[in-house]
Amino acid sequence: MSRSAPSSPLVALDTLWFQVAGTLCNLQCTHCFISSSPTNHAHEMMTLADVRRYLEEAERLGVKEYYLTGGEPFLNREILEIIEAALAFGPVSVLTNGVLIRPETAARLRALSDASPYSLDLRISIDGADAATNDPIRGEGTFERILAGIRILAAAGLNPVVTVTEACEGALSAEGRARLLAFLRQAGLTQPRLKVMPLLRLGAETRRSRAYAEWESLMGRTLTAEEAEALQCSSCRMVTSKGVYVCPILIDFAGARMAGTLAEALGPFALSYAACFTCHEQGLSCRT
Amino acid sequence: MPDLKRRTEDHGRFGRVAFLGGIYSNYLALAEALRVARARGADAVYALGDFGAFGPHPDRTVEILREAGLPAIQGNYEESLSADADDCHCGYTDPRDNHFAQISYDYTRERTSHEHKAWMGTLPGHIRISIGGRKVLLCHGSPRKINEFLWESTTPAPFIRKLLHDIDADLVVCTHTGLHWARFVEPGRGVVNAGALGRPANDGRTQVWMTVVENRAGELAVEHVPVAYDHGRLAREMREERLPEEFVQTVLTGYWTTCLEILPAKERARGRH
Repeated sequence: MSRSAPSSPLVALDTLWFQVAGTLCNLQCTHCFISSSPTNHAHEMMTLADVRRYLEEAERLGVKEYYLTGGEPFLNREILEIIEAALAFGPVSVLTNGVLIRPETAARLRALSDASPYSLDLRISIDGADAATNDPIRGEGTFERILAGIRILAAAGLNPVVTVTEACEGALSAEGRARLLAFLRQAGLTQPRLKVMPLLRLGAETRRSRAYAEWESLMGRTLTAEEAEALQCSSCRMVTSKGVYVCPILIDFAGARMAGTLAEALGPFALSYAACFTCHEQGLSCRT
Repeated sequence: MPDLKRRTEDHGRFGRVAFLGGIYSNYLALAEALRVARARGADAVYALGDFGAFGPHPDRTVEILREAGLPAIQGNYEESLSADADDCHCGYTDPRDNHFAQISYDYTRERTSHEHKAWMGTLPGHIRISIGGRKVLLCHGSPRKINEFLWESTTPAPFIRKLLHDIDADLVVCTHTGLHWARFVEPGRGVVNAGALGRPANDGRTQVWMTVVENRAGELAVEHVPVAYDHGRLAREMREERLPEEFVQTVLTGYWTTCLEILPAKERARGRH
């Protein structure tokens, strides 16, 4: 008997993601589910003009919020202009490792934030409260460089959301959380904000831990309307240099590319990928 | 699209309407808000849900609402309490937010009478009214979801235009976030968040907020009205009821101490914690 994939209808396009730096990153984390690296050109940088075209379409569709990611967004030479353009249409979150943020970058970000009626959230990824935990995952010396970025943002009066993954030991325990929050206070964040992300067994992460097993799948399952609506793909799409994908997670899969324009990418999506299992079972949302 | 699972009532036409956002068992502020609404000549007063949570003696708030015969819609609290659910479905995602939300809900659930819970189950999810000829939809969180947070800094104009089109309304009046604001995308069309009577607006002031919408010479005018009340007495009663000291500090200082991880960057930066 063949097993079919349950379907996720798009209830409303609330969250629009842009892969502004493609899969190009200054770091090469061992848990990266899209294997971003200095040399991964699977998805290329997006230009301000590319982003603008989709923003105009998104405005007509009533999009509620924008997320900019990569790779490392601050590798994109037009990133500040892209942030400014998106902030004209709604709130913006930028997912970064913070390494490239200099005092003058932070000052510009602060000015963009102050000039908009909408929130600008920076989200910094780190994997622990010390180099011994972080560096094996994110690379030798990265803990200090990421911490420097956090301090620079704090000094500019910006309060980033700091994300760690479950690869960060203790992140899920109360003691681990308390330790991370204390670390962030020490780094100058007086109102520390912390988000813990589940791991996705795709890309580089398959070599660090393992790939998905055959049973980790939604194939043959039936989801209730409530379960389907709880999935982030019921309210998001991802734009990369190669077109519109269903979500930020599946951009390495040709079958997850839905169309070239947003208007053509508003249909339901078949949840035939193993990562869909993580979203459903763990209630994963890449949103803050 | 409106949430079709919830019942919508059609009410009448008005010129000036007072809206009460989340009351969170602050019956002292509720009594004062009703006095303010009368003094301002409101044709109607609507309660937008979340009567319980946070504060002491939840039945006192419900008794005032029912005594006054106030038209009201369900918030996530009324939906959860009337269904005897195990949690408030507030919509938080952070463990600390959820920890304090559960303390609030367990206390309120324990001390709300069965009769009041049954009454909560009879309330509609939405009410449509007309103010100055404009079509107004009242909801708790958003027209599409009872626990959606509509914050000022994350509810952009293009989203509002689409929402108003989808629900065939000129104005949405909501609460749920605890912070009052309004955004118009053109004259007479927009979203108004009525704020909350239950706890101060995270601005270092102890007063709480209600909102009046009126037809002023053919235009819709929105006024967020501060409500001062005996917050010292509320704090005393909360301590007597052994509610968390964190909640008491919010009442006394005007700054949120809990359930604030959900705040977007701009709103978070305005508070102390």
